[in-house]
Amino acid sequence: MARRAGALIAAGLAALTLGPVAVVLAQAGRGGVGTADLAALRFTVTQAALSALASTACAVPLARALARRRFAGRRLMITALGAPFLLPVIVAVLGLLAVFGRAGLVNGGLRLLGLAPVSIFGLGGVVLAHIFLNMPLATRMLLQGWQAIPAERLRLAASLDFRPTDFWRHIEAPMLRDVLPGVLLAVFAICLTSFAVVLIVGGGPAATTVELAIYQAIRFEFDLPRAATLALMQVGTCGLAVALASFFTTPGGFGAGLDRQADLPAPGGWRQLIDFGAIGLAATFLALPIGAVVLRGVPGLASLPAGVWPGLLTSLLVALCTAPLAVSAALVLALARAHGARWLEPVAMLPMAGSQLVLGTGLFLLVFPFVAPPDMAVPVTILVTAVMALPFAYRILLPEARVLVADYGTLAESLGLCGWAALRLLILPRLRRPLGFALGLTAALAVGDLGVVALFAAEHGATLPLVISRLMAAYRMEAAAAASLLLVIAAFGVFWICDRWGRAGAEL
Amino acid sequence: MLSFENVTIQQDDFSLVANWQAGPGQRIAVIGPSGAGKSTLLNALAGFIPLASGHIRWEGQPLDELTPGRRPLSILFQDQNLFPHLTVAQNLGLGLDPSLRRVDSAAVDRALERVGLGGLGNRRPAALSGGQQSRAALARALLRARPMLLLDEPFAALGPALKAEMLALVEELAGPALVLMVTHDPEDAQRFSSHTILVADGVAAPPASTEALFANPPPALARYLGT
Repeated sequence: MARRAGALIAAGLAALTLGPVAVVLAQAGRGGVGTADLAALRFTVTQAALSALASTACAVPLARALARRRFAGRRLMITALGAPFLLPVIVAVLGLLAVFGRAGLVNGGLRLLGLAPVSIFGLGGVVLAHIFLNMPLATRMLLQGWQAIPAERLRLAASLDFRPTDFWRHIEAPMLRDVLPGVLLAVFAICLTSFAVVLIVGGGPAATTVELAIYQAIRFEFDLPRAATLALMQVGTCGLAVALASFFTTPGGFGAGLDRQADLPAPGGWRQLIDFGAIGLAATFLALPIGAVVLRGVPGLASLPAGVWPGLLTSLLVALCTAPLAVSAALVLALARAHGARWLEPVAMLPMAGSQLVLGTGLFLLVFPFVAPPDMAVPVTILVTAVMALPFAYRILLPEARVLVADYGTLAESLGLCGWAALRLLILPRLRRPLGFALGLTAALAVGDLGVVALFAAEHGATLPLVISRLMAAYRMEAAAAASLLLVIAAFGVFWICDRWGRAGAEL
Repeated sequence: MLSFENVTIQQDDFSLVANWQAGPGQRIAVIGPSGAGKSTLLNALAGFIPLASGHIRWEGQPLDELTPGRRPLSILFQDQNLFPHLTVAQNLGLGLDPSLRRVDSAAVDRALERVGLGGLGNRRPAALSGGQQSRAALARALLRARPMLLLDEPFAALGPALKAEMLALVEELAGPALVLMVTHDPEDAQRFSSHTILVADGVAAPPASTEALFANPPPALARYLGT
């Protein structure tokens, strides 16, 4: 039963991800690949590689400091490192503009010192924004690596009188050798498909990614074959990155360890200074842009422009449809996988190899001959966002589904508990907590997302992030900040509601 | 001379007291019911658990301020005594210099030879049997040449014949060192140690003659032995 439902969903997902690619394939290559397309590909790979390297380089000292120091607010900081995942990208970019932009804090300081201003636009700005968005993720992944060092290993190191350099050489460096490739590739893959960041701080011949080039080919030039060619390039690059990433995430040979309580050695002196310096710098770097958005946005909340409220409603509608769609599909896939359907694994990860604008291009090519794209903006946005969010929901649900099947699978079978009854009596109550978390995550992603909607929407059908990007393009920064504040509240609000639903009654 | 002076070890609602002395070269078994605190006693001596009160001294010097690696002892744990990503020779070398820069490889080879692992230095621990891994850990303790050797049931997973073999090897290699060995097997105590510390009911009793102890067991030991 579970496996049959899983096969059905998997077939649907494959059709939804591969269908648009097939359409793209049929259209692509008619105009050939131009030099601008190759430049876009080169820039895409360059910025993603630099972003991955820089994010990880910043994350290593931070993760190490958080792993071995104990201080008030440590838990809060680790929790807060999960927040940028929920933070709408456009808000992050707006905050970074307030700090690093032409009239921002940093340039204000430079002017006072009589130094030349720095520009946030172009490669530097794209990488900076990607560090802001991905360094927290990289830090959390690395922190897990440090925490996964078995207590037995720490005890052995202490009994052999390891100094900090020995500890680095025999324990930390081998751990990083195992964990770093996975982290680098994860950030690299995310940055390949980055759209909103590049839309605002990139652009122009020198700083256009493939994703942005697709958007421009459709919106500005209406060159559909070229968009298709670009989409194909994007699928090739992402597919390669995802395949590589799955190859590397094998956890390292650190052996099993019963988790006895032991702390990492926390050497004093200059090492302590460096650790707390890293923590302080990171906290400032992450908090300043958010603070700037809040400061700028609050005064404008009373007089929001007219387009903001319909935008908010559209965004909430998208979230309301996207989250249940993505999470229920992910649940079916996870349960089927837990029942032993191994082949589902790559299918569930299939959306990672595409991108919003690739799917969007395919769907655009599909619907364009029949209806006006703006009329399809909301349904297409719901569908594409749900497909793109599905792998995240699947990853959250899979471990819990496995435990459920292992613990109660045979009992349920012996009682003949299956179908809707199993869903109502067993699955929903037992998986309520991860379901709530997954719903919250996908809903927040959907509220804050700026991707495929930019391809389809006209004046009507715009989501709030799109409205904000238009306000920014018109240099109405105060209004944009106020609307951003509203967007942040909406994104964290839907997450909080869903997560709370999941936690209520989860003490069973 | 090792002395526990009015030592109290406190962990949540568990506590253990110890007040006794033991001389160099002695072979002492630490026996008692599971959960009574045998490993806790050794871990406190090794420096992994702070004392709630009292002092532990070696040759009159207090050990309290020393980190585990600086104490005059080597400890073998129940498992995970070797780093899986280093070779056996490198694992032994850590006993001479944790940075592995100034390691006398001839000394490593001699130690391997003495525990019967000659020529296996280039292997990873995973390529050794359980008994061979124990031998490698013992060889490292030999290289460290500290005046105390603590054994926290490192041979518990080995079969009876292999365990007897390892105990004989310890006896041969330890020489003048004081050996404290946790065990839950009365036979180990009788075969290996002249003295035995009984850990039960929150007290680590002074070392008593093993023979006398088992001939006339106090109530706690009688309960544990089921006699």
